[in-house]
Amino acid sequence: MTFALFLQHLANALSLGSLYALIAIGYTMVYGILRLINFAHGDVFMLGAYLAFYSVATFLLPWWAAFLVAIVVTAAFGVLLERVAYRPLRDSPRISVMISAIGASFLIENVGIVVFGGRPKGVAVPDVMNVKLSAGGISVMSVSLVIPILTFAVLAVLLWVVHKTKTGMAMRAVSTDLDAARLQAIDVNRIISFTFGAGSLLAAVGGIMWSYKYPQLNPLMGVMPGLKCFIAAVIGGIGSIPGAVLGGFLLGGIELLTLAFLPTLTGYRDAFAFVLLIVVLLVKPSGLLGGSQIEKV
Amino acid sequence: MKLQRTHVYSLIATAAVAGFLGVADATFDAFALRVLDLCGIYVVLALSLNLVNGFTGLFSLGHAGFMAVGAYTCALLTMTPEQKEMNFFLEPIAPWLANLSIPFVPALVVAGIVAAALGFLIAAPALRLRDDYLAIATLGFAEIIRVILTNTQSITNGALGLKGLPKFATTGVVWACAALSVAFMVLLTRSAYGRALKAVRDDEIAAGAMGVNVFRTKVVSFTVSSFMAGVGGALLGHLLTTIDPKMFTFMLTFNILLVVVLGGIGSITGSVIAAIGVTILMEALRFLDGPLDLGVFQLEARPGLRMVAFSALLMGVVLFRQRGLMGNREFSWAMLSRARVLPRKGGPAGSGGGTHGVA
Repeated sequence: MTFALFLQHLANALSLGSLYALIAIGYTMVYGILRLINFAHGDVFMLGAYLAFYSVATFLLPWWAAFLVAIVVTAAFGVLLERVAYRPLRDSPRISVMISAIGASFLIENVGIVVFGGRPKGVAVPDVMNVKLSAGGISVMSVSLVIPILTFAVLAVLLWVVHKTKTGMAMRAVSTDLDAARLQAIDVNRIISFTFGAGSLLAAVGGIMWSYKYPQLNPLMGVMPGLKCFIAAVIGGIGSIPGAVLGGFLLGGIELLTLAFLPTLTGYRDAFAFVLLIVVLLVKPSGLLGGSQIEKV
Repeated sequence: MKLQRTHVYSLIATAAVAGFLGVADATFDAFALRVLDLCGIYVVLALSLNLVNGFTGLFSLGHAGFMAVGAYTCALLTMTPEQKEMNFFLEPIAPWLANLSIPFVPALVVAGIVAAALGFLIAAPALRLRDDYLAIATLGFAEIIRVILTNTQSITNGALGLKGLPKFATTGVVWACAALSVAFMVLLTRSAYGRALKAVRDDEIAAGAMGVNVFRTKVVSFTVSSFMAGVGGALLGHLLTTIDPKMFTFMLTFNILLVVVLGGIGSITGSVIAAIGVTILMEALRFLDGPLDLGVFQLEARPGLRMVAFSALLMGVVLFRQRGLMGNREFSWAMLSRARVLPRKGGPAGSGGGTHGVA
């Protein structure tokens, strides 16, 4: 393998990894606050991509307006999802909440199949995102460059929100101890809604970027990325936002570089993430950047 | 032992069910019979998932994987060399498999054992995890199994799947398996082992303090459940007569989970009723996927509406009636006496035939 080819693979890995990171952040935020795997996160991602698609195709908005509309509507949907599917079960056993999450995920997927149709749809990629950039023997689409920049911008904003604002302080308080936070006059429901909104907004950004990178939509497109990004969040240490980004990059890197060096394993691509997950869970269940949790009796 | 009134009821009920199945086998058309057999298979599968989820409190989502292993094992063992040759045209079958052909019942047992062995191997690492981590890890294992099945072309025929399996899963076989599963679960829940399972479910630490070997109990439960899932998968394969890796996705686990939740997590009776109900509903609601005539206006065909109904059903049960149909209670004749359907006289309440309160 030539060095240029290696760099090419690395560039691809970077762009895929940052996409994973964007989605993983949403998982990690929700898990950090509610200790809940939001199984429907991947479907929220799908919804974001479809909303942007319809805004352009049906309502003829310019792509940036479609982007804004889609992320705002998806964020609102995330808030609604929490209110309908998770809030009524907040004091129930965790298994019930998880079943509800699985149910919500299947419901969104199947409503997606009914409403959007099962046939894949082609996305018109905006020209800005579709420029081929070449330098030093490697070439990437501009969207592959936009995604990492977007991811790091999002990371910076989120870290600022979580560590420097009052809402962020409240988020950290709720995540540490929900009941104690309530005693400190923190509006727990508002904070949880905010978290779901922010997480879903990022999922929508991820979904739209995904549809620019792989310009095809189908109602089940969120399933695999959803699972993989959850795994990325676990690898990085679930509950930690920088950890989710790190996990996303690691997963993207391992996936694409393994394929680059061992092309015979192509068929096994979707299994890598799960193997990695199991290894991480056995060796260091708290993930790379996660704090260790003490089990209380 | 004095023959009690409830024993008589139980005998009559068993005979009635057996009689119904016999009549059904002889008179039902192919489609109805297939649905009936599917009900039996779902009974086996639901009980197997209920064993880990409901009775041991381990939230496992890997059932489709074990079913796949069982289905493939049984299919490869029972297919004749000629049938195998017809299937494997892309790449020849591995030589050690080509001429292997054994009767169905031993193959069914072997399928269960292979799935159980795999479950045992997976249990050791996975059961160190709890709750949602366990769920996602078992889901991961199932996906890994599916990916491996898709890629081992010379053993499983890859994505093409296996076609033309002999249709060995007759009503008799399927319902015998279902009856065995029910009997096994009833005996298990009444035994010391069953109580250990429930103790682990309710409070691991307390169970450990009472001398229950928590880890071993979990591993045994998981392994037995894998065995049943393997058998269920094998039966499914031989009922549909064709299998491929795409069949065994998370969707399949979702269906079984729906049955278990609907019936009541931790109730054998609930699982049996829900398995039969859901299977029949799945077929009865097929019209939803076609064009709908709502009187006032017509809807064009929207495939997928049926699954919307089932996902909504699951959400509804979890949100509004978490106990499901039966909670964790079981059917007993005493229950009918209390409801004054049966006369109250007879044995003292709480003893006799069908009474096995699972609290």
